[in-house]
Amino acid sequence: MLNIDQKIRVLVAKPGLDGHDRGAKVIASALRDAGFEVIYTGLHQTPEMIVNAAVQEDVHVVAMSILSGAHMTLFPKVRELLDGAGANRILLTGGGIIPVEDIEALESQGVGRLFGPGTPTTEVIDYIQNWFVGQDTF
Amino acid sequence: MNAVTGPLESALAELLERFHAAEAVALGRAISLVENERPGFEDFLHEVLRVGPSAARIGFTGPPGAGKSSLLSVVATIWRTRNEQLGVVAVDPTSPYSGGALLGDRIRMSDLATDPGIFIRSMATRGSLGGLATTTKEVIDLMDAFGFDRVLVETVGVGQTQIEITAAADTVIVVLVPESGDAIQAMKAGLMEIADIFVVNKADRPGADRLVKDLRQGLHLRVGTVLESEPVYHGLDLDRIRRKESGEEFKGPGWSPPVLSTVAQSGEGVEHLMDMIEAHRSWLEESGELEERRRARGKVRIQDVVDRELRRTAWHSDALLAVLDQGLDRIQKGKDTPYSVAWDIVNRLLR
Repeated sequence: MLNIDQKIRVLVAKPGLDGHDRGAKVIASALRDAGFEVIYTGLHQTPEMIVNAAVQEDVHVVAMSILSGAHMTLFPKVRELLDGAGANRILLTGGGIIPVEDIEALESQGVGRLFGPGTPTTEVIDYIQNWFVGQDTF
Repeated sequence: MNAVTGPLESALAELLERFHAAEAVALGRAISLVENERPGFEDFLHEVLRVGPSAARIGFTGPPGAGKSSLLSVVATIWRTRNEQLGVVAVDPTSPYSGGALLGDRIRMSDLATDPGIFIRSMATRGSLGGLATTTKEVIDLMDAFGFDRVLVETVGVGQTQIEITAAADTVIVVLVPESGDAIQAMKAGLMEIADIFVVNKADRPGADRLVKDLRQGLHLRVGTVLESEPVYHGLDLDRIRRKESGEEFKGPGWSPPVLSTVAQSGEGVEHLMDMIEAHRSWLEESGELEERRRARGKVRIQDVVDRELRRTAWHSDALLAVLDQGLDRIQKGKDTPYSVAWDIVNRLLR
């Protein structure tokens, strides 16, 4: 099915214990201004909460912001739970303070592109839009 | 084109099967199907709605910042302790500039985020102006059919005329705050006429008692029962006398909307609100009003679908589009008017 005129739905989630959500809010606002429907969950989400929300909201993309250093645990965990919930078509992406070698390791585990501090928001928007064009969805 | 009773496409048939097996993923996907009005969504609804409505549909509306989400969340949490299965639809506005939306109602429902007995879906209005999204009513139907005991709906923050919730819910709760305005605001048309229950939330703030009092007074003036709040004058019951004189059958008491006060943050007054929701439900069922509301909803739905189908039939037909084009030429030459062209198109459509 064609999806040109369809709204892209993105869940912006802030997992774990760090309370710095400026980045998540900047991304959420930028995606909204780009015409996306953004569901923001608030702070301190567990992977289970994020996946549950992603399933109920039937989002196309889950974008996580992680500044706590727990990315090597949280990204694979959310990916695993998404796949287990029958939501393997959802793109898992995100950003935060993540070393390059970790980004490569995570990408090899089925996580999408991850963005570091200072990334222009347009880069994130372009990435999601380009990914979305190829999707077969309703 | 539309095969309303035809076989579902295989992908939709599979979705339907998983929907009936009560898989949360399937409900999430089905809502998207309907929300995006993808091909086959009407066939899907047709299959799903065979069971008929059974859930209690409860709407929360009111101005922005009145505490609709918080109140809904508190009430939902208590219902969950009684093991009721809940569906929640929360509507937030779409930006008319970017077409995007930031849907933040889940933030206040964090406590319920992993509870499998509640399903929360955020919807953006996508240009609809009535306080709901265009397809919210269909989404409520889906949740009802999925088997929830209650479907709770939160509108966008509304002003005085965004009252589409009345067409979607059995029980409409209008949530106000002490800052919502004085009695004059309250007596204006629109929002004040649609409530089955009024809630003055954040009632620990100054002005709450005054608003409650003003609302009660305004309501009595409106429904013409001002005498009921006064001691019965010389023991006369005017209503009874009037009924006796006109020989009218006694149909049981009507419903006069109660005005309650709550503090969602502390839970104060919430139990009372829930009792009133139950009382309203009983009244709906016993008075026959529920059947009437469902019938009215059905009527609007049928009309909506007919409108949509006719529009689609007309404007997807090359022949009729050609008639439109030729008509425009004739209008330009002064030989026709928009009305004669429209009548021509309608006549061809009906043939």
